Amino acid sequence: MIITKQKNFMDILRRIGSKPVFLVGCSECATLCKSGGKEEVLAIKESLIKNKIPVSGWVVLEPACHLMNDKRMLKKYSKELSESTKILVLACGNGIQTLNKLFPEKEIIAGTDTLFLGEISRVNEFFKQCLLCGECILDDFDGFCPVTRCPKSMLNGPCGGSSNGKCEINSEIECVWDCIYQVFKKKGKLDVLTFIQKPKDWSKALENKRRI
Amino acid sequence: MNYRSNLEKVLTEGHFVVTAEIGPPKGTDANKIREKAKLMKDSADAFNITDNQTAVVRLSSLAGSVILLHMDMEPIMQITCRDRNRIGLQSDVLGAAALGVRNMLCLTGDHQKFGNHPAAKGVFDVDSIQLLQIIKNMRDEGIFQSGDRLLSGKPYVFLGAAANPYADPFEFQVDRLRKKIDAGAEFIQTQSVYKIDKFSEWMDDVRAQGLDTKVHILAGITPLKSVKMTERMKFHVPGTDVPNSVYLRMKKASDPAKEGYAIAVETIHQLKKIKGIHGIHITALFWEEIIPLLVKDAGLHV
Repeated sequence: MIITKQKNFMDILRRIGSKPVFLVGCSECATLCKSGGKEEVLAIKESLIKNKIPVSGWVVLEPACHLMNDKRMLKKYSKELSESTKILVLACGNGIQTLNKLFPEKEIIAGTDTLFLGEISRVNEFFKQCLLCGECILDDFDGFCPVTRCPKSMLNGPCGGSSNGKCEINSEIECVWDCIYQVFKKKGKLDVLTFIQKPKDWSKALENKRRI
Repeated sequence: MNYRSNLEKVLTEGHFVVTAEIGPPKGTDANKIREKAKLMKDSADAFNITDNQTAVVRLSSLAGSVILLHMDMEPIMQITCRDRNRIGLQSDVLGAAALGVRNMLCLTGDHQKFGNHPAAKGVFDVDSIQLLQIIKNMRDEGIFQSGDRLLSGKPYVFLGAAANPYADPFEFQVDRLRKKIDAGAEFIQTQSVYKIDKFSEWMDDVRAQGLDTKVHILAGITPLKSVKMTERMKFHVPGTDVPNSVYLRMKKASDPAKEGYAIAVETIHQLKKIKGIHGIHITALFWEEIIPLLVKDAGLHV
């Protein structure tokens, strides 16, 4: 899932100014992150009205990153949209750009910061798991990703700062190399880790467009 | 035999070597390096020039190395993977070799979080082991990382790497050392030693795998100058292990600098007795002037 968090309300307010605004949320990731679901869209609407900003309408797209579906859903809101020059989007960076594509004449305001691709560990607790590198090497590490989870993306073992299973940059972060080592040790295959991993092919991560 | 550097020569001839670290200034004043270098000139066989250590911006290790070369001193250019991708790294290797740098120490590098630009984007395109392999292939095979060929001159360099016997998982550190040797490391400089028994234990494992015969290991020494510094090393510097016994000695001492110096001399004497240790690497943080005396008192031959 794409993990987002809502921007500071005062910053959103500054961007909007005093003009009427149309609000867009997303039914998928932003809903689960509580940054742009129906509840959050309505809460923002209320706060904006309290601050005397007219809200011409709102919608929660299903999901915001679906270009064709957005077109279809937004048809019903043409009147409300025509009353606003600005659209506040509470979705991920992808959803925000899809809206921008649909309304090039309007000012699109990003209501969230997009953080990472991760897991929902518990309600409101998210865990970064994937860097979208374009060439998955999870099989080499029994399902642990050192590219994402090691802050230095080290592919050949832990750095000198691994201490009691924790990372030197933040003791709340597990050292992924400690995880890998413990699992490989348990499975009796530590010799696999003596193999030197070659530098990654980052050109695989640079595809900007793909059609199947 | 045709040695690539003096460091390679003295190590190969079986001498107990000394290397010492010089941190470049946070500014353009080359004299800062020259002054430190003059102090240490006759006390070590080669001199590490650090590469923006702890991620603090300083004069580059390549420029610092060339300043030493102009003084007829031998640099060990440190080169980290934090600030350059494989294109920048290989380019600097070529440039440094062209200017006469003959020793390179390959490091992954401290995370940018610890430095004076914590908002920087860390590169980490390759890690230290991959960097060793890349430079080795440039030197021995005449190929770049991509497989493209070098066309005019190969970097004729002696390659080093770091090792930390105090990092976790402890058992994996020896495997990692072996990977560094497989990748191309010919000498190793270790993390500063304060806890000698753990270091000995690590060396036992190193010898058990026969790695001491494949690489020259230089043990790290950083003399403690004050209680404050001891506390910083003990509680705040990642990857260092200052035991309570050393901490207590420093706290109880009426002259902590004298005590820290004595501890350093004792540690060097103990390290010299460990089979497989071929030298000492001294990092005297803000205390470079102590190096000539330390080398003399510890009976280190240069």
